[in-house]
Amino acid sequence: MEPILEISGLTKTYAGGFTALQGVDLTINKGEIFALLGPNGAGKTTLIGAVCGLVRPSSGTMRVFGEDITRNWRSLRARIGLVPQELATDMFETVLHTVNYSRGLFGLAPDPARIEEILRALSLWDKRKAQIRALSGGMKRRVLIAKALAHEPDLLFLDEPTAGVDVELRRDMWAQIAKLRDRGTTIILTTHYIEEAEEMADRVGIIQAGSIRMVEETRSLMKRLGRTEAHIGLVTPLACIPEVLAGYNLSLAQGGHELLYRGGDGYGGGKAEVAQLTKDLVANGIDYTSIDIRESSLEDIFVDLLEGAAA
Amino acid sequence: MIAFNARSTWTIYKREVLRALRTAMQSILAPVLTTVLYFIVFGAAIGSKMDSGMAGVNYGAFIVPGLLLLTLLSESTSNGSFGIYMPRFTGAIYELLSAPVGVAETLIGFVGAAATKSLILAAIILITATFFVDYTIAHPFYALGFILLVSASFSLLGFILGIWADSFEKLGIVPVLFMVPLTFLGGTFYSIDLLPEPWRSVAMANPVVYLVNGLRWCFYGSSDFPIGLSLGMTLGFLVLCVAIVAWIFRTGWRLRA
Ligand SMILES: Nc1ncnc2c1ncn2[C@@H]1O[C@H](COP(=O)(O)OP(=O)(O)OP(=O)(O)O)[C@@H](O)[C@H]1O
Ligand SMILES: [Mg+2]
Repeated sequence: MEPILEISGLTKTYAGGFTALQGVDLTINKGEIFALLGPNGAGKTTLIGAVCGLVRPSSGTMRVFGEDITRNWRSLRARIGLVPQELATDMFETVLHTVNYSRGLFGLAPDPARIEEILRALSLWDKRKAQIRALSGGMKRRVLIAKALAHEPDLLFLDEPTAGVDVELRRDMWAQIAKLRDRGTTIILTTHYIEEAEEMADRVGIIQAGSIRMVEETRSLMKRLGRTEAHIGLVTPLACIPEVLAGYNLSLAQGGHELLYRGGDGYGGGKAEVAQLTKDLVANGIDYTSIDIRESSLEDIFVDLLEGAAA
Repeated sequence: MIAFNARSTWTIYKREVLRALRTAMQSILAPVLTTVLYFIVFGAAIGSKMDSGMAGVNYGAFIVPGLLLLTLLSESTSNGSFGIYMPRFTGAIYELLSAPVGVAETLIGFVGAAATKSLILAAIILITATFFVDYTIAHPFYALGFILLVSASFSLLGFILGIWADSFEKLGIVPVLFMVPLTFLGGTFYSIDLLPEPWRSVAMANPVVYLVNGLRWCFYGSSDFPIGLSLGMTLGFLVLCVAIVAWIFRTGWRLRA
């Protein structure tokens, strides 16, 4: 895998003396979708700002597209796009005008067809002549996305791209982001919707108090920490787990009235095991009245991890 | 390596000029109206009662260069400052900071646009003035060059002001507190030779005096001191402003956290 962004030893201490990033090391691979997760104030926006030139790093090095970011910064920056967390743009401009401006600002010749394509993909084409202040919050956010896409970046930062976007459109945007990745764009996003990371990201990184706590493939993380939980209500309470069921990770709850299963990989392996378990229960004459299966999400894992780190 | 992004510069410039046209009422009509009032009151009304004129020139004509400067200085400063202050205020500056543009592109784009507005304004004022007073321009090319230089310098000063200011109050106070008094006392309405000592020497410390005299020389071929001094002072001021802006971009002062 070819790295597209290599951050090492990145530290940022703000003017007030607050250290928002403490020695961040992070490598992003070409073509992946990377989700940066972390609680409010963890340093996500600061990290993105440092790469995009909004924040002056206190120390550390950053390489993009294989080159040090402080050299040739003009040509490197021209290939990076940023959708900021805050809705910040000239509210009196029209959608089409502001998106065209972004393209020109990044040094590209006008391309009406490409701009139309971007605006249509983000369901903004009908609003192209509207002033931005006359758009809804979710539309404004999509305008910022359109602006960031206007210069066809190879590396795209999305700082909470779907904040304030409704559920249906959010799914739509996920599809758009996936499409971008298919075109070869590398995407780094931050989000508080864990579902989003789980759905889209190839890898997730967890940042807390300015340090990267963990970076792992979404799949293997789910496999390692993902849990299927099954609560099986029994007709006759059990005193202990029968020998024949020793192969399963089981425990008793509710005074023996409930059999509790934990296991699986977060990708459906647990469900199959529960199905097998029910057959074994029937075969061994253990009758049940209810089965409640739940897959724990990345969110639960995230909370567990942070609690673990805090403890 | 691309050392300069011409298209980015053009894009910034075009947008800033278009924004001025969008707010033409405020950025062009208002200052023209104010200047016209001065021409009517001081030029046509009072000036006609002053038989001797000033420094050998009819009084109405005498105040044209000074009034033009009064407007140019305040408008260039405020245009230059608003252009960069507004995106800082709204947060839209993120895009500029993340774009492949440096000090050259930003300066030429923003300051160039502000100076362009000033030039348009100057042209309108000079045309309007012909309706109220009789004046001539002895050295039109010098006049054009001088107006250009002044517009650029004070748009630059405004740009610095727009980066320095962290509130609308600060943004508005500098032009009112410094620019207007300096211009009024800078010989807009009189020749500083009329001032008794020590006031004449005090007035000499006012940089605007050299601007007014420089432009007056362009118009009437005579002034309180040589044109070279005026040009040199203005050029020096321009260079100083450019140096300050270059420093701001290098350190990220008030731009990058
Ligand atoms: N300009 C600044 N000056 C001083 N401190 C700052 C500045 N910007 C951010 N901080 C501080 O740095 C820390 C990290 O902020 P940052 O915006 O990077 O967090 P975040 O992970 O993006 O949070 P959120 O999820 O709320 O967006 C916070 O404690 C914040 O108060
Ligand atoms: Mg943030």
